Amino acid sequence: MAIRRVFIANRGEIAVRIIRSCKVLGLETVLAVSAADRDSLGARLADRTVCVGPPRSTDSYLKIETIVHAALATGADAVHPGYGFLSERAPFARLCEDNGLVFIGPTPAQIEAVGDKLRARHEAIAADVPVVPGAEVNSVQEAVEAAAQIGTPLLVKAVGGGGGRGMKRVDVLGDVPQAVELASAEAAAAFGDPRVYLERYVSSGRHVELQVLGDGRGEVIHLGERDCSVQRRYQKLIEETPAVGLSKRLLDDLHAAGVRFAKRLKYRGAGTVEFLVDCDRDCFYFLEMNSRIQVEHPVTEMVTGFDLVAEQICIANGEGLRIRQPEVVLHGHAIECRVNAEDPAQDFRPSPGLVSRADWPTGDGVRVDTYIESGARVPPFYDSLMGKLIVHGKDRHAALALLEQALAATCIEGVATNIGFHRKVLGNAEFRLGGVDTGFVNRI
Amino acid sequence: MSLTAADIQEIMRLVEASHFDELELETDGTKIVLRRGAAVSAAVAAPAPAVKQTAAVAAPAPAAAPAPAPVVASSAGGEAVTAPMLGTFYRQPKPGAPPFVEVGMPVDAETVIGVIEVMKLMNTVRAGIKGRVTEIVAADGGLVEFGDTLIRVAPEA
Repeated sequence: MAIRRVFIANRGEIAVRIIRSCKVLGLETVLAVSAADRDSLGARLADRTVCVGPPRSTDSYLKIETIVHAALATGADAVHPGYGFLSERAPFARLCEDNGLVFIGPTPAQIEAVGDKLRARHEAIAADVPVVPGAEVNSVQEAVEAAAQIGTPLLVKAVGGGGGRGMKRVDVLGDVPQAVELASAEAAAAFGDPRVYLERYVSSGRHVELQVLGDGRGEVIHLGERDCSVQRRYQKLIEETPAVGLSKRLLDDLHAAGVRFAKRLKYRGAGTVEFLVDCDRDCFYFLEMNSRIQVEHPVTEMVTGFDLVAEQICIANGEGLRIRQPEVVLHGHAIECRVNAEDPAQDFRPSPGLVSRADWPTGDGVRVDTYIESGARVPPFYDSLMGKLIVHGKDRHAALALLEQALAATCIEGVATNIGFHRKVLGNAEFRLGGVDTGFVNRI
Repeated sequence: MSLTAADIQEIMRLVEASHFDELELETDGTKIVLRRGAAVSAAVAAPAPAVKQTAAVAAPAPAAAPAPAPVVASSAGGEAVTAPMLGTFYRQPKPGAPPFVEVGMPVDAETVIGVIEVMKLMNTVRAGIKGRVTEIVAADGGLVEFGDTLIRVAPEA
């Protein structure tokens, strides 16, 4: 292996997670820490730490030149960016490569290709991957023709608008001319721009994403989907695999579409292709691709038995794909709960501070990815994720039972957490049935 | 307002005649830093043998360990002047030039005590305190982390 020492440009639970895989692979680790993370669990587990700056991430974890300087000065040969921070910043990946450091992730060009939503949409269309149908229209006649293609319900949106302003929902095709004329007049008055476009309206959608691995030469495999529909304000809270209640045809198509998209980019490393599943129409649309390891990757690891971080490192090391598609067999069902330091009584506001007590569950089928132990601190400078509780059962029913026990055995004191929220979701009949849409959290 | 060559010569004469070792002058668009090299050399003369001695003791050890050992040991304490960022620390403006500061030198808040290089970008580090240098802690050309002690200064009013 050419990579011998990995520089980890991240913190919290994912830093601990990356260190674990490095140790399995026999690699040395150097962890970047801010002044607020000097005494963190990751800092104790890494072979070496370097303090890259003050607590604020803009002065430490987000400083591209400082991170690369630190990696070079500590003799690292590769950089793992984790998620968030610099993980999807093409200039960072490029500076690493320009200085002879292996960036454990996709190429800078691939990060750019998927980071630009419009470009990613064009790539999806070119890869014959379905996107949310829509069209810009310049006349009522054009609108009527486009609406027939798109189908109802649909939205008429102002091109110059934003934040939902100037949007009209149309449920019957016959209402299209009137809605377009009205929307156009309103848009002209409100934004000085009368142009409108039509887009299919998804009244009930599920967030289903596909985990892929690519060797960077055009070979791509997938490791199954994850259902991440339990979200609050686009923040995922519970993720599971497999996604229940979807037809085999839809899932097979979704898997094939995600692989097609990644293949078109000759994607390198671990990535996630996100889709919106339209429950009423029983179809799916491409949303975006995330060019990093995801927070929710452990559910995939639980059902496949593969170590995704180790695979990332091996791909970066030029070893190609060590797993072939037929070797990917999914066993049972896995669910993850994100345990955040946030206060449900205060509209889930972050609740940083000293964790006086942290008892995490253990046992067969239970995994906890965390950096929080008794006496640890949740700094106020970063996201509020304390850890992830992951359970794996022979089927969804067994996983739910295990999750219930695991949540009951979790005891965090000193900071407010969302554990109560998770228990509430777990007790909800709709959730227990499976297949809730992204509007679920707002309804409970 | 800009400075002419004659102005600068006049300023140099004034500094020479004064009891100051260093002058930094900034007008719009122009910045000059004058430093008396001779005075600096004189200041280091005394602790110099200590350096040699340390080196002699360290010699039998295998290879040069890049430990952040003090360059010049000093029995005096003082306030730590710490690195405001991670990077490579240099004690002088360029190779071969005299160090910005030495033990025994007076400094004030604005005195430059070194530079920290981050990916070829040089960042000036100032003392941030008025007093006298009692110890040079960070090794020249070595990696300093954010918060590492660079030098120590005994505060003076």
